[in-house]
Amino acid sequence: MVFMEIIVAVVIVGIIGFIAGLGLSVASVVMAVPSNEHTEKLRAVLPGVNCGACGYSGCDAYANALAEGSAKTNLCIPGGKSTVTRIAELLGVQADDFMGKKAKVLCNGSYVHTERKIKYKGIPTCDAANMMYSGTSACDYACLGFGDCANACEYGAIEIKNGVAVVDPRKCTGCTKCVSACPKQIIEMLPESANVVVICKSLDKGAVVRRICDVGCIGCKLCVKVCQYDAITVDDNLAVIDQGKCTSCGECVKVCPQNCIKMTA
Amino acid sequence: MNNLITIFLAGILTENMVLSKFLGICPFLGVSKKLNTAVSMSLAVIFVMVLSTLVTYPIYANILVPNGLDYLQTIVFILVIAALVQLVEIFFKRFVPPLYRALGIYLPLITTNCAVLGITLLHFTKEYNFVEAIVNALGAGVGFLVAMVLFAGIRSKLETCDIIKPLNGLPITLIAASIVALSFLGFSGLVG
Repeated sequence: MVFMEIIVAVVIVGIIGFIAGLGLSVASVVMAVPSNEHTEKLRAVLPGVNCGACGYSGCDAYANALAEGSAKTNLCIPGGKSTVTRIAELLGVQADDFMGKKAKVLCNGSYVHTERKIKYKGIPTCDAANMMYSGTSACDYACLGFGDCANACEYGAIEIKNGVAVVDPRKCTGCTKCVSACPKQIIEMLPESANVVVICKSLDKGAVVRRICDVGCIGCKLCVKVCQYDAITVDDNLAVIDQGKCTSCGECVKVCPQNCIKMTA
Repeated sequence: MNNLITIFLAGILTENMVLSKFLGICPFLGVSKKLNTAVSMSLAVIFVMVLSTLVTYPIYANILVPNGLDYLQTIVFILVIAALVQLVEIFFKRFVPPLYRALGIYLPLITTNCAVLGITLLHFTKEYNFVEAIVNALGAGVGFLVAMVLFAGIRSKLETCDIIKPLNGLPITLIAASIVALSFLGFSGLVG
């Protein structure tokens, strides 16, 4: 009887499957590892955006590390000061100093200031434009202005103005999602205390920059000379400010011939 | 006893799972970049191979064959091995956390690995008895370990080589794998 054979096969495989499933579900209840309540409380305090700004793979991982005591309390940047104090309360330790960080788009190359080298009519994202001769702007380090960062931002903190992305520091929580979304890697996380910033990432030689952009760093070192605190260095034709040494005196801002060093606050 | 030693050695050298049967290629290529991950993966493979043989052999001999259902062995074995590995993972997590951390992600990864399923099915085409089957599984697992360790060494050498661009990455890895497999052909006739 063919019919009987099918029934026997179905029944036997069904029974094996049922036993396996039953065994698993019983085991998962009986041998469940009691999840750490402490971890869950810590996890509830964290914002849950899983941004990775703390250096762990997500809020769960950071909560675990906190519960084990292997992580500092001040690593959650989107959470801000309040989160740090609540974590410290839960752990019963002294809260570490919190230094907020804000994203900053390091390019001023709007339509007015920077030459365009191609008319791009493809997919309107920075990522796609970047693949086509590295984007519309004549400068290889310029903001592409299609707003990949603005789309990545969960807080609506980024706007495109004249073809350049601008971060609203009041809305920015420091989650770093825009940093990883930018194909040009011109968004940086700067400490809140950073008042004087070089708004350019171009490593091109001065002559090249001068030809294509009005507001790019040409590596002239005038700022290095004028700075009394040795806070500025020029590496690869680009001025870099050591925020630890900068006193926000503003001398470099006055002297910069390209106006690419700016006071932000 | 001689017979068992022969089966064990054959599993490592002449009938190597990866290099002569071409089973378990995905972990072979995937996790052979670093020696320590290659070793952890192989240990998990040895463990799961022996364990699944221990369980599937009696099921085959006592349930499937008497009912004339031996044609269903593949589907039943997948079911049983998958459930078993999950169960063992839960068990380890609860009672042997150090082992759980050591095997880590590799245990669930090889749940229904083709090498694991392959070895349990091969016992029956070779008509091994229960003890021979377990030795065969152990040999195949150790063979997997040997292949992984050998290949991890080769890959770490490849990292520093100046390889022409079209062959860089996976292509050169596959070529290297085929040369290693060829070299294992030299063992044929040694045992078994």
